[in-house]
Amino acid sequence: MIRPLLRLFPSLALTFLGLLAVTFVIGRVVPIDPVLTVVGDRADAAAYARARADLGLDRPLYRQFADYVVRAVSGDFGESVLTARPVIEDIARVFPATLELATAATLIGVLLGVPMGVVAATRQGRWPDHVIRVVGLVGYSVPVFWLGLVGLLVFYARLDWVAGPGRIDIIFDSLVPTVTGVILVDGALAGEWEVVADAARHLVLPAAILGYFSLAYISRMTRGLMLEQLRQEYITTARAKGLSETTVVWRHALGNAMVPLVTVIALSYGTLLEGSVLTETVFAWPGLGQYITSSLLNADMNAVLGGTVVVGTVFVGLNLVSDLLYRRLDPRAR
Amino acid sequence: MSLHAYLTSTSPASRRQARLGALYRAWRVLRRNPLAMVGLIVVAALVLIAAIGPALVGSPTAQDLVGRLRPPSPDHWLGTDTLGRDILARVVHGTRITLLTVALVAVVVAPVGLAVGTVAGYFGGVVDGVLSRLTDVFLAFPRLILALALVAALGPGIENAVLAIALTAWPAYARVARAETLAIRDSDFIAAARLAGASAPRILWRQVMPLCLSSVIVRLSLDMAGIILTAAGLGFLGLGAQPPAPEWGAMVAAGRRVLLDQWWVATMPGIAIFVVSLGFNLLGDGLRDVLDPKAR
Amino acid sequence: MSPLLAPSPLLVIDDLRVTFPTDAGPVEAVRGLSLTMGRERLGIVGESGSGKSMTGRAVMGLVPVPGRVTARRLVFDGIDLTAPGSVARLRGRRMTMVMQDPRYALNPVMTIGSQILEACHIAGLSGRAARERALAMLTAAGLGEPERVFAAYPHQVSGGMGQRAMIAMMLAPGPDLLIADEPTSALDATVQRQVMAVLDGLVRERGMGLILISHDLDLVAEFCDRVLILYAGRVVEECRPGELARARHPYTRGLLAARPRLDRTQALLPVLRRDPAWLHEESPP
Repeated sequence: MIRPLLRLFPSLALTFLGLLAVTFVIGRVVPIDPVLTVVGDRADAAAYARARADLGLDRPLYRQFADYVVRAVSGDFGESVLTARPVIEDIARVFPATLELATAATLIGVLLGVPMGVVAATRQGRWPDHVIRVVGLVGYSVPVFWLGLVGLLVFYARLDWVAGPGRIDIIFDSLVPTVTGVILVDGALAGEWEVVADAARHLVLPAAILGYFSLAYISRMTRGLMLEQLRQEYITTARAKGLSETTVVWRHALGNAMVPLVTVIALSYGTLLEGSVLTETVFAWPGLGQYITSSLLNADMNAVLGGTVVVGTVFVGLNLVSDLLYRRLDPRAR
Repeated sequence: MSLHAYLTSTSPASRRQARLGALYRAWRVLRRNPLAMVGLIVVAALVLIAAIGPALVGSPTAQDLVGRLRPPSPDHWLGTDTLGRDILARVVHGTRITLLTVALVAVVVAPVGLAVGTVAGYFGGVVDGVLSRLTDVFLAFPRLILALALVAALGPGIENAVLAIALTAWPAYARVARAETLAIRDSDFIAAARLAGASAPRILWRQVMPLCLSSVIVRLSLDMAGIILTAAGLGFLGLGAQPPAPEWGAMVAAGRRVLLDQWWVATMPGIAIFVVSLGFNLLGDGLRDVLDPKAR
Repeated sequence: MSPLLAPSPLLVIDDLRVTFPTDAGPVEAVRGLSLTMGRERLGIVGESGSGKSMTGRAVMGLVPVPGRVTARRLVFDGIDLTAPGSVARLRGRRMTMVMQDPRYALNPVMTIGSQILEACHIAGLSGRAARERALAMLTAAGLGEPERVFAAYPHQVSGGMGQRAMIAMMLAPGPDLLIADEPTSALDATVQRQVMAVLDGLVRERGMGLILISHDLDLVAEFCDRVLILYAGRVVEECRPGELARARHPYTRGLLAARPRLDRTQALLPVLRRDPAWLHEESPP
């Protein structure tokens, strides 16, 4: 596992560098003069020059970029204009909430989506296939924020099956010590089962909504991969050996489809990070997506760019993980 | 010769006949797919509504604070919003914004992606290395996040939204074009063109790109829905076309406050987004089956 | 009818038809094929599209889904194969099939050994007995290091080794009939004869029936007791290998003439000319 990691490292580093370059450029493209935001527009030339030097803006561009890279690698994204705390601290605080949501959604997507895709492939052209494809198609076409709102309307307002927006009821907020940042886990560790139940009631709807998107994508990809595998010669061999159709489909075909499927799942996790931005807004979920959005509305560029780099890094990380997993799972690639 | 015989002839007499024949055959295959036809109708309806709809409905900005938040009725088929504006009129006018966004993104993304991808695939080596790295970097960003960052820097508005979406969408096309180019780069007909003295740009323009075109078109039609959803997402966050422009995502956001009692304000524009997305998805699936049957 | 008819034939096929629906109407891959065989080695020779593979698959009940199989009689050892479920019970136990290319016909993400074990389990063996049978079969198939092949993945062994493993796998359950569909076509010329010899030896040793499907007339002539020539889904000629030189049908004669010879100088290889009338002939009785 180490060797492929080392081999991939240079290209990873380059991609990361590119990521930083893009965010650096975006940061510089801001039409508002950052010096003025610090000194105000009544400052004299000397104060302006001093502030400019302080911000490092008088140095040549490549040096500014180099500094930016060094700082980014050490996790320094500057301070948030809003909270006056290091951006990285704010991000560390909100990130677990997003992870919790994305992980729950991916679990739903995999546990439901993979079997659905298999069934659709084995019953190709018949009604289960059509139903599953429609379900997936709807998932591809419906805006996640709208579905979230409709979900709240139906399941919270009208049916009262789930809790409303937010991650936890106010009475339970900050009741359990933060160990992992994931309330479900922290609450269980502290033995506060009421807290866990309440957190779960809040998690269900946003996770289900996001999970539906994950499911739509994963079931579609699984179906395609399974169809491809079922056409292969070794499937005929397996049948010729007298194996039951169940064994042929779930052990042989799915076993092979799993190899690229793992990549699909890892990448879909990344897509969920994107979907969570909108879901978090709808459900007032205090995660990274909401953080970036509210920072944006408050013109807190450091926070926005810091969040962007973090998400981009997670994406790159997921690509890496899926690549390594692929190599592990496919005997031909080892 | 009848038109049908002209189009289905197995030995076309001219290039035009061959092309039209191929198009006709593709159309026949598409026609057999009922879902794809539904998608085509939806997309055609979208274009039609965008073209003549605004002339048929009322004003999207006329406020009527007395008649605000009325439920759907014969006067207002989709009800009125928080400022008393007719939602149907706003949705219909919004089709223009949607279509404009999609068209602008497509017009930017396809040529750029084709250009980068074919150049990278054809020349290989350092050129490919640099361009692929560039593609990977932009692929490393989830679309919405990068769009958010860009809009944060440049300010909200439809042009910046289009730019942001285009910037994150083009890498996929570059990748597709590059893969196709790599597959045909060593073909005999390319070698023949080179031997005949054709310069690299000419080969790329006349031989390579047309072959990549069908993959790009398939990709584009499949992507349309995603582009619409991303644009709507940006609108929902207030970062797309600014009020009072009837952008569908923004309309959903505006309806959020009154969701529990006046559900139609947020739901109707959402349904519009859904239907249009669905239409493009169905059409895209159908086109993919026609142009790239192996990928079914 | 063949003089080699055993008291109760192993396989009886009467008027087999395999039809595929296409955009241009139904296409018959096999058009009224009939044969009877006992525990002998039967060769089926034909070019691509002659329906020879489909015949084998039809017997095994493995014709891919849009295809339809009909026959007046399709009987294996007294069991009617057209009855629902009957073929499924026989597959892997009394009838097995060796496929063409082990690179594609073996599951790439499972070890060869685990795949052979699957076949042993179907035959009712388990645990150590299954493993021993698997290793014994690998040895019988001529593999010098059976443990190594057992633990290897298909892509880690050569084509010849993979095909021997395939043979081992398909003979492990001790079937009565083996259908070999182009078993050596994907192998190097030098390896082909070796693998065929292994297959032949095992089949004869166990008194099994073998249907050898191939496009290689010489190979079939060497390893079969009887040869059927297929053209466009029908049998056009049937004879013993020794009688091939005296074959009567023009297609067979064309095939024979088209083979390159090492012992003569030929400036031009004769090209087979197809008579459309062959498509409409009746099969020989």
